[in-house]
Amino acid sequence: MSGTAEERLWAAVTEPGRRRLLDVLVERGEATPTALAEVLPYTRQAVSKHLVVLQEAGLVTPRRDGRQVRYAVRADQLEAAARVMVETANRWSVRLRAIKRVAEELHGAGTTGPPDHPGRTNE
Amino acid sequence: MPITIEQDILIEAPVEAVWRTLTEAEHIARWFAVDVDLDATPGYDGTLRFTGSPTNAAEAPRSRTVRVEVRSVDPERTFSYRWQHPPGAPALPGNSLLVTFTLHPEAGGTRLRVVETGMDDMDWTSEQLDTYLAEHTQGWITHLGRLRDQLVGRPADHRS
Repeated sequence: MSGTAEERLWAAVTEPGRRRLLDVLVERGEATPTALAEVLPYTRQAVSKHLVVLQEAGLVTPRRDGRQVRYAVRADQLEAAARVMVETANRWSVRLRAIKRVAEELHGAGTTGPPDHPGRTNE
Repeated sequence: MPITIEQDILIEAPVEAVWRTLTEAEHIARWFAVDVDLDATPGYDGTLRFTGSPTNAAEAPRSRTVRVEVRSVDPERTFSYRWQHPPGAPALPGNSLLVTFTLHPEAGGTRLRVVETGMDDMDWTSEQLDTYLAEHTQGWITHLGRLRDQLVGRPADHRS
């Protein structure tokens, strides 16, 4: 799988099925793919594919237990992921772009001067 | 680990224009809230009214008024306020979020930085935190944050 660590993280968590899987893992602490397939509407194969994506993103870690492999969510990584996501997508980025537009219009108003609000006049 | 939102942007305008955009009600109304009662004076107790975008098409847009209290005002350098505190209470850590803008002149314009802190100090129920994050982020980020809280608030006994 290509892409930066952050891209892998985004790809891993923006898929609702994988988040449901994370829900179950967080609730249980640890689970095998078989156990996950029993409580989720996915086949064992589909669960395994999701687990590979989550593992590549660093969000889950496998542990061999006899003939089984148990998966657990990595708390540190989920913490980091949540923070990155909040920082990247929060409304401030949208607001900053709006501030930029308003300030640049305000600056340009004296020279180029198109009114920003048609119909509204400045005193 | 405290949640801190930090963002910056280069604006092709002098600090004076950026400052006015951030601090004058008529300009704030163009990038932030629909109704603005805010004066760039330390201690000013004002309000911002927002119309939220509905989470699904069937829902009507909601209107919400949020309190805002101005903290520091250093013209053309820094501007900060606390917001989201409940009616009747002064804005304090634990009941409000602190937003700080800093302006730096830079080649080509002004570097504007915003830092928002206090989300995890809030005396909020997880439901209120969800609401806040839902209004400020996308739904799936809220989901991730909730999972994180669930996980971090629990002893990680399965890890060696």
